[in-house]
Amino acid sequence: MKESGRRNFLKSAAALGAAIPAGAAAQSKPAPHADHDKQHAQHMRAATAAAQQRPYMFLSQTEVAFLDAAVSHLIPKDELGPGAKEAGVTSFIDQQLFGGYGTMAKKYTQGPWPEGTPQQGYQSPLTPAAIYRAGIRDTNNYCRKTYGKPFDALSRAQQDEVLKGLDGGKIELEQVRAQFFFNMLLANTVEGFFADPVYGGNRDKAGWKLVGFPGVAAVYTTFIEKHGVPYRAQPVSIADITQKVAQVDEHGHAIHVMLDDKAGV
Amino acid sequence: MATKLKPVDVVTIGVGLTGTILAKELADTGLKVVGIERGRWRDTDPDFAMPGVHDELRYVRDKELMQDLSKETITFRNAMSETALPMRQLGSFLPGEGVGGAAVHWGGLTWRFLPWDFETKSKTLARYGAKHVAEDCTLQDWGVTYEELEPHFNRFEYLYGVSGKAGNLNGKIIPGGNPFEGARSKEYPNPPLKTAYSSALFAKAAQSMGYKPFPVPTAANSRAYKNEYGATIQACVYCGYCQFFACEMGAKASPQTAVLPALMKSPNFELRTLCNVVKINLDSERKRAVSVTYVDSRGREFEQPAELVLLTSYVLNNARLMLLSGIGRPYDPVANTGTVGRNYAYQTPSSVTLFFEDRNFNSFMGAGGLGLAIDEFNGDNFDHSGLGFIGGGFMQAGSNGARPIEVRPVPQGTPRWGSEWKKAVGKYFNRNFSITIQGACQSYRANYLDLDPTYRDAYGLPLLRMTFDRHENETKMSAWLTNKAAEIAKAIGPAKMNVSPRTGKYTIVPYQSTHNTGGAVMGTDPQTSAVNKYLQSWDVPNVFVVGASAFPQNGGYNPTGTVGALTFQALEAIKTKYSKRPGALV
Repeated sequence: MKESGRRNFLKSAAALGAAIPAGAAAQSKPAPHADHDKQHAQHMRAATAAAQQRPYMFLSQTEVAFLDAAVSHLIPKDELGPGAKEAGVTSFIDQQLFGGYGTMAKKYTQGPWPEGTPQQGYQSPLTPAAIYRAGIRDTNNYCRKTYGKPFDALSRAQQDEVLKGLDGGKIELEQVRAQFFFNMLLANTVEGFFADPVYGGNRDKAGWKLVGFPGVAAVYTTFIEKHGVPYRAQPVSIADITQKVAQVDEHGHAIHVMLDDKAGV
Repeated sequence: MATKLKPVDVVTIGVGLTGTILAKELADTGLKVVGIERGRWRDTDPDFAMPGVHDELRYVRDKELMQDLSKETITFRNAMSETALPMRQLGSFLPGEGVGGAAVHWGGLTWRFLPWDFETKSKTLARYGAKHVAEDCTLQDWGVTYEELEPHFNRFEYLYGVSGKAGNLNGKIIPGGNPFEGARSKEYPNPPLKTAYSSALFAKAAQSMGYKPFPVPTAANSRAYKNEYGATIQACVYCGYCQFFACEMGAKASPQTAVLPALMKSPNFELRTLCNVVKINLDSERKRAVSVTYVDSRGREFEQPAELVLLTSYVLNNARLMLLSGIGRPYDPVANTGTVGRNYAYQTPSSVTLFFEDRNFNSFMGAGGLGLAIDEFNGDNFDHSGLGFIGGGFMQAGSNGARPIEVRPVPQGTPRWGSEWKKAVGKYFNRNFSITIQGACQSYRANYLDLDPTYRDAYGLPLLRMTFDRHENETKMSAWLTNKAAEIAKAIGPAKMNVSPRTGKYTIVPYQSTHNTGGAVMGTDPQTSAVNKYLQSWDVPNVFVVGASAFPQNGGYNPTGTVGALTFQALEAIKTKYSKRPGALV
């Protein structure tokens, strides 16, 4: 507990530092009065950036490096837009592992824990948080043994090979079943890419923009009958509504801003 | 030690779909009713308010509205030869927790089982002979007919404001409705919902093949509707957050929207939330329930004496509390004796997903039950000679609200991750729809519920153990039905399609349907049923066990409409017969 607490503090400090642009750091020095407004605006932007880049609560820097590398293969950045790394999925996974999901809240945790059949589902004595901790450590150990480097320091091609090895069961890990760990990582990556941005992933609604999902719904009573007409709206998140960035109707449904006026064509 | 409370007339164990109706109606007759609910109080305002209720992670992955397994779960195995292990996280099915139960997060589809469904055994034997049924199939009649239940179906549909179109009104076939349904005495209280694009394509293809599509009956109301209790259910706005979610509009009928507004005003009703019933206490001869014992949220134990105990929790807990309380004889699959836990069954869902290059379906829109269906391949609506199975299912296409964590189908052969996966998800999220089939599931000797020898709940009581697998009848049926759906899909003409019949062993992992049935089945013979045709325990007549736990086997529809009818069946018996002469009604 103490060890991870200290690590969390260091991580948090590092994350904050990383998020504040060099220009913002320089502003702690006295500035000419005439620049006050500009300086204030810059300061606000830096503070906003720091708030968006949440400090890591659970993951160590080693684990952050591992996940940044891994999720960028699972959902890569490409011509279609940002990937999982750019969308903040590592931050999402960190939040999840720190919270109820990571500690198996609302799940049955009593033993004994025989491995069981695939039909019987999750039977690990480990929580998801512990599975990540063990799975990342084991995978890095495998990479060091095989390639002489941890996962995040491997080439893209080597990383791809390792992930395929975990997925296909060709690589065996020591403390957790490789496919069990991989499937959890893949599921959480997809969740982080598509969940409401309030959870730290899906940054700039990258996941929703990719698929054409509008997030918080509007009233579709009329549109449901416009057969074959794509409904293209700027996605709305929960925070957009609670922070009054998005307009709502009398029942609290989003009033979507349409992306183009050719929606009817 | 338990604190003994002042006696009341009626206790309901669970305050969901069945418990609220029974409590309301019995409180209206002047009886003092206490509803005991293990979960918390929940209502449209503030619990289901916008925008927080449109949060897929919270409601779909983290199962906000569903059972807290850290306190109680079940154990599961495919066969008696295996060791059952706990269902550590929810997957295959999703029981609710809290006031309203699973009827808060349900999909809204409100069917009447076919007349054939209630007499499956006798009708099958008469038409096909005993050889047509597997030897270990414990098929049986319900002890009640569709005709007897018809007025009760009406009551429930009018209470919940179901939207639909009659297909058989007093024996007259009505165009646009389901020509296969049992004769109904009244039209649905509300007209059908609007038609989604996918439904229109499906219906056109189905019609061209000679089938008769009709609107799926659903309790996502098509217009604002005031029911007999004076409660107003609002009009659905097709927002797409329906099944697994609670409705922010109060447009999906539920205990919250249809019954609780009136029930909570009744001076004869008292609700106790966060109170978990651990036992129904019997007298020394085990012929009469004298009280229920429950533990409240402060860890205090209470004994609530009552004249009448209504077991109105979810299917699985109905069977478990009977077993924990020693009501009826536990089922023994080896000796084939006993009744409690017998005939556990499920559903055999399958689908065909159609992918298009240039058609957009706005898949995120919709409502629970928004769809057009055909019933040509349900029940015994078609000749099963030579097919090697009995039963069937309705099939439908519609728009129920796709959200990308849960619903993002890609064509078969697409990698599970990486750039190719990303392209496919991006392309097809709004360019696909599915024809889904609600396949029936028969009951078998080896599929049953009992108490687990190893694992316990938070109170130290044994968990319920489920032993279940799909049998040849169901896999053959699923292959055949899914092939029929694929023929319709081909006529629609997608670029690609995934044909996914239900195959292999049953697994507890992926979501399939919250249509668990049986375990306390109804019937005419106390040797093969736990409750009589009025849902009354054969062994302890002042206990009624209400819910899909009474289904002897499961039909090819969602169960809720029939659960509603059985609730009124039990209610009428209690009001008109039991109240005059308490005791065994059969």
